[in-house]
Amino acid sequence: MSAPPKSAPPTLALVNVSKAFGAVRALQDVTLELHPGEAHALAGENGAGKSTIVKTFAGVHRPDSGEVRVDGEPVVFAGPADAQRAGVAVIYQEPTLFPDLSVAENIFMGRQPRTGLGRIDRRAMHAATAELFTRLGVDLDPRRPARGLSIADQQVVEIAKAISRDARVLIMDEPTAALTGQEVARLFTVTRTLCEQGRAVLFISHRLEEIFALCRRVTTLRDGALVATEDVAGLTDDDLVRRMVGRDLDALYPKQDVTPGEVALKVSRLTREGAFTDVSFEVRRGEIVALAGLVGAGRSEVARAVFGVDRWDAGTVEVDGRTLPPGSPTAAMAAGIALVPEDRRQQGLVMDMSIERNMGLTQLRSLRRASRRGPLLSRRVERDRAADWAVRLQLKYARLSDAVGVLSGGNQQKVVLAKWLATEPAVLIVDEPTRGIDVGTKAEVHRLLSELAARDLAVLMISSDLPEVLGMADRVLVMHEGRLTADIARADATEETVMAAATGRPAERAA
Amino acid sequence: MSPVTAVAVKKSGPARGGDSGRRLVDLVLRARELSIFGALVVLVLATTIANPRFLSEQGVKDIFLNASVLALLAVGQAMVVVTRNIDLSVGSVVGLVAFVTGDFASGGDHNVVLVVLLGMLIGAACGLVNGLLVSLCRVPALVVTLGTLYVIQGLDHSIAHGRQISASDLPSSMLALGNDSVLGVPYLPIITVVVMLLIGYYLRSYSSGREFYAVGSNPEAARLAGVRIARRVLTAYLVSGALAGLAGVLWLARFGTVVADAAHGWELKVVSAVVVGGVAITGGVGTVWGAALGALLLTTIGSVLVVLKVNSFWQDAITGLLLLLAISVDRLLAVRVTRALRMRNRSSADAAPPAPPAPGKEGVRDGAR
Repeated sequence: MSAPPKSAPPTLALVNVSKAFGAVRALQDVTLELHPGEAHALAGENGAGKSTIVKTFAGVHRPDSGEVRVDGEPVVFAGPADAQRAGVAVIYQEPTLFPDLSVAENIFMGRQPRTGLGRIDRRAMHAATAELFTRLGVDLDPRRPARGLSIADQQVVEIAKAISRDARVLIMDEPTAALTGQEVARLFTVTRTLCEQGRAVLFISHRLEEIFALCRRVTTLRDGALVATEDVAGLTDDDLVRRMVGRDLDALYPKQDVTPGEVALKVSRLTREGAFTDVSFEVRRGEIVALAGLVGAGRSEVARAVFGVDRWDAGTVEVDGRTLPPGSPTAAMAAGIALVPEDRRQQGLVMDMSIERNMGLTQLRSLRRASRRGPLLSRRVERDRAADWAVRLQLKYARLSDAVGVLSGGNQQKVVLAKWLATEPAVLIVDEPTRGIDVGTKAEVHRLLSELAARDLAVLMISSDLPEVLGMADRVLVMHEGRLTADIARADATEETVMAAATGRPAERAA
Repeated sequence: MSPVTAVAVKKSGPARGGDSGRRLVDLVLRARELSIFGALVVLVLATTIANPRFLSEQGVKDIFLNASVLALLAVGQAMVVVTRNIDLSVGSVVGLVAFVTGDFASGGDHNVVLVVLLGMLIGAACGLVNGLLVSLCRVPALVVTLGTLYVIQGLDHSIAHGRQISASDLPSSMLALGNDSVLGVPYLPIITVVVMLLIGYYLRSYSSGREFYAVGSNPEAARLAGVRIARRVLTAYLVSGALAGLAGVLWLARFGTVVADAAHGWELKVVSAVVVGGVAITGGVGTVWGAALGALLLTTIGSVLVVLKVNSFWQDAITGLLLLLAISVDRLLAVRVTRALRMRNRSSADAAPPAPPAPGKEGVRDGAR
């Protein structure tokens, strides 16, 4: 557990790397060294810059400044192929395989062993694959197709591919997120063997106990900047959490104080097999309730079920005292629920359609009534309403007939909000309302949500952005692996209490 | 690490689980070819019982002659479909090539090989246009080849200008290609079988051949694996076009008399043959043998209907039904197989706890053999 010998240069390194995407500074002056034989953890909140580091190593992104070094020599990766050639292999959370081809072909595609005549030597290929699997200690048939493999086995295939390419650096981006405990144990055994062979491993996980179990050193990132690189030995969970979240809250989050009114949304013992279990909570009028937790904890799934997109298996959802039927978005909308989804490009907007049309999508019936011409819609009323909302939300646009796709992310989000606010909902569910939005517009969205709550709307906000959760919410609900683990009042909510509940550790304070 | 884990691996070693897995997969892969073959046998037997003259030497020869052109097209089409694309222009290419080469051949006593090469060249040129538009310009294949279908058809009509090529104008060597045989086997099926074997062997046994399957199975994974996707797709279209050109010359040789709309509407017949033959329309799965068998089955059904004096209008309906049946069976099989493969994972995962790889573990490796 000591520092690596100074003589050997790091196998792969980032030196003073900065990278920006538009106004968002994803990495600022980050230096990260991976030494031969070490398992190195990368920790940080969602959006701290972990993925950007992975993609820089993988040759997908090029640094704006600073350099990537292989064996101490500066290199430029023009694309993923260059990184592969340099011996970097990336294993993503969900591997990309050829489902119709055999496992052996997946591993050796483009590099199959050949006979003298240039044709594929299948026997040698299968033997080599069996050999790889034996070395990895897994029981897979080289001839079976990749279709139907569990995610854990798909990762094993990716690891075997990396080894067969003689990769010297393995980057694992949240490999354990979809694995069972036993599968994680197997992955760790394999990873330790790889380290013993002198390969470097960069390991990313939200589960702190895994970092402690597997890695020797850990690098912590916060907001794209390096916090610390240190030996794992001697660190505690709390140390790590503090490094990940420890930052000053600024005045970006202007939640107005309100006295909560009647219960608008009441969710009781809601369960959907495989997604979430026994979730109960209430949201009152005038209240902003945040639903926090790690990615994959089941937050969006709860929102989708409440809105009726997915059915639930047990439990009830009530809006203003009326029980909703399961699996009916129409009933949910009629009862006054509006859902602003997580992925606005895929689920929230029709990107090729104009601003006014997008806003009008939720109000087709009233537009039809306004036209008084049978099934025809009133385009004039549609435009008037859109113009009205554009002013109220301070939308920045050229013409209302422009396609939504040309707007910036923040303004697109405002169009989605307008679309749903126009239905005059009693309950507004927003899923990651400020993801991918620049700081200025973010503040506007926050101001807007706060105003809406002040006008007696019940707001349920799903967010992975901790400062946003703490700044905006009157109450914080925290989910961990499909269950609600904490209900924290605004006064008691700190980054530590929320992260503790989100990572499934016993909270220091009673929630 | 511990002897316990080594024993556990040995007990549920890959030898056992692996074999049953391979058997299942092989069975599924071969099932399609086998079931088409079975259907063919049943069809032929039943028809022969109803009308013994069906299996006469001439009857069989006719079926193979008729199937040759369709099977040739199906082989090229299979290559395109495996890459998750489609080539609807083949029918028009056959028509164009049959007419142009017929015009050329009747203009002088050219060598047959020269005529064949000209035909394949024209076909390949059409394939090149398709391939470039699909692979480089990234226009959806359905739209591109639908467009070239009409363009080539128009070109054919404007060149033909109402004329027709008749057998009496053609040199005898040309007609001999279509009607003569070696050792009782006509040239046409021989050509088709040779082409099929060559392409099938290439796709199965060569690294670049496997890449066609990779592209169709998961384009994103293919890109990450360094497969040159554009090149493979372009090649598939070139081959499909060249084979359509060859098919055009064979069409000319077989029928002698050619008008501008020869092989009109055949593209759908070809696609049906390919799908019935087990090539997944979503790419990545299937063989050229399967496609050729599919073509043989469709042709045989046509002949059977004639022999049984069933109205020929039924032929299209039956082809359609067969297509629907094939796709439904595929879907059902895919779901079943995926489930079966998943189930096996689970049982093998339960049976084999993680075994640590360690140097000098020959015992474990022996267990694997």
